[in-house]
Amino acid sequence: MKSVTISDLCVSFGALQVLHDIQLEVAAGECFGLVGESGSGKSTILRCAAQLNQKWTGTVEIGGKSVRDMSVAERCRAMQMVFQDPYGSLHPRHSIRTTLEEGLRINGIGNRDARLAQAMRDVGLPVEFLDRYPHQLSGGQRQRVAIARALILEPDVLLLDEPTSALDVSVQAEVLNLLVRLQKEKGFTYLMVSHDLAVVDHMCDRFAIMQHGRVVEVLPREAITQGGATQPYAKELIAASLEYEHAV
Amino acid sequence: MDPILEVKNLSIRYHGAPEPAVRNVSFTLGRERLGIVGESGSGKSTVGRAIMRLIDSAEITADTMRFEDVDLLNASERQMLKVRGKRMSMILQDPKFSLNPIQRCGHQIAEAYRTHVRCSKAEARAKAVKMLEQVHIRDPERVYDLYPHEVSGGMGQRVMIAMMLLTSPDLVIADEPTSALDVTVRLQVLRILDGLVKDKGIGLVMISHDLNLVRAFCDRVLIMYAGRLVETLDARDLNNAQHPYTRGLLAAQPRIGGSRAPLPVLNRQDSWLTPQAQGDAL
Repeated sequence: MKSVTISDLCVSFGALQVLHDIQLEVAAGECFGLVGESGSGKSTILRCAAQLNQKWTGTVEIGGKSVRDMSVAERCRAMQMVFQDPYGSLHPRHSIRTTLEEGLRINGIGNRDARLAQAMRDVGLPVEFLDRYPHQLSGGQRQRVAIARALILEPDVLLLDEPTSALDVSVQAEVLNLLVRLQKEKGFTYLMVSHDLAVVDHMCDRFAIMQHGRVVEVLPREAITQGGATQPYAKELIAASLEYEHAV
Repeated sequence: MDPILEVKNLSIRYHGAPEPAVRNVSFTLGRERLGIVGESGSGKSTVGRAIMRLIDSAEITADTMRFEDVDLLNASERQMLKVRGKRMSMILQDPKFSLNPIQRCGHQIAEAYRTHVRCSKAEARAKAVKMLEQVHIRDPERVYDLYPHEVSGGMGQRVMIAMMLLTSPDLVIADEPTSALDVTVRLQVLRILDGLVKDKGIGLVMISHDLNLVRAFCDRVLIMYAGRLVETLDARDLNNAQHPYTRGLLAAQPRIGGSRAPLPVLNRQDSWLTPQAQGDAL
């Protein structure tokens, strides 16, 4: 288990500064949520931590080591990312086997067949599905493959970018259950972006509310129901979510 | 009371598809708010589009499909042009993709009005500005002259609502009107839509995947599964739903303050696909 520490993270796209001095501390084995309106910079934080976006200043440390000082191989084994849309994040012309095996091959990891089978079992898919293509799977099954692809390198930290928002509630339930079970079994640290406070309440221990590229407030999960928010925007967001849920 | 919309045994099969996307769907709509709920691919949007006669790549069959005095099955396109946008209109999911990016918001609203009503440009502009005010846009004169990329998602959706309601239609079909919006503006937009629909006595068909939303903003709910109608309920009775599919959908939703036990997962059964499960949809 490893912790994630983000300090003074700033990002600009051209003249526009999209993240302002982000400070976040995620304990090892914790599930930490990031919520906020669209465009508030939630996903950008994950993309910086995963080095998908390299133009940022500040530090991101995983287990006390800066992601910038890690080699690609080391970084890939420290963290993996699961993307929002399983319809777009799997290569349509690669079989599931090819998709999952690629990471193992690049990192020179042996015993691949056994690892592939284990990854499929971990996410609750039949091993025969390895020879299918993404279009032969449902949305929930695809997201399981995306999670399996993240697991197979045995990372410590999973960055989850709205892992269920492209899915129906019925399928969302399956994926959330899977994520909870995997965290229990393997002790992952989750950093999860979501726009749905009900999902955050279900999954996370603590969460940060973001607006305009700043962290407005970091709150424990209980603050949603017990009203622990102090900042106006945090209050507004929580009130809107509660109202939406109870609006009748 | 005469129904606004009457649909009986509607089936839709896209060309080249082996199975119909929608089969034997029947319902009537008065001056009320009707929700259609189901998972993606259950055919709910297809029903909405078929009513608007916006699908030409599919074979549409029905015993009856009638909107007031218009027989939607046999109406010519020329007749439909007079009906569509004037007497029935559709609010689409994402304002980013449904507004014309190179025309000012207000201009698009006025144009929609002038397509159906003979009036001067100045009159249309005045109407559009007034309508923008009714959808709670604070500075309508300014917003009239903005381009779609200059307005936020919530405002764009209100522009769409203004455009669709300006001709005072009798029927509005809202296809996931708020799923592209943030939680903070979602309720606001829904309330505006709801208020206008009530004030003007419009029949509303709200297509959504969100049971909570439909429960709050509709009178009656149709539940669709795999192109079939599995249950019809009053919205306030949703908690007493009989069909295992409806109950499964309700239970799978995580709730704020709920227990953190594993969420119940939908256990799909083949028997849901047999016609007897449809009940009396009328």
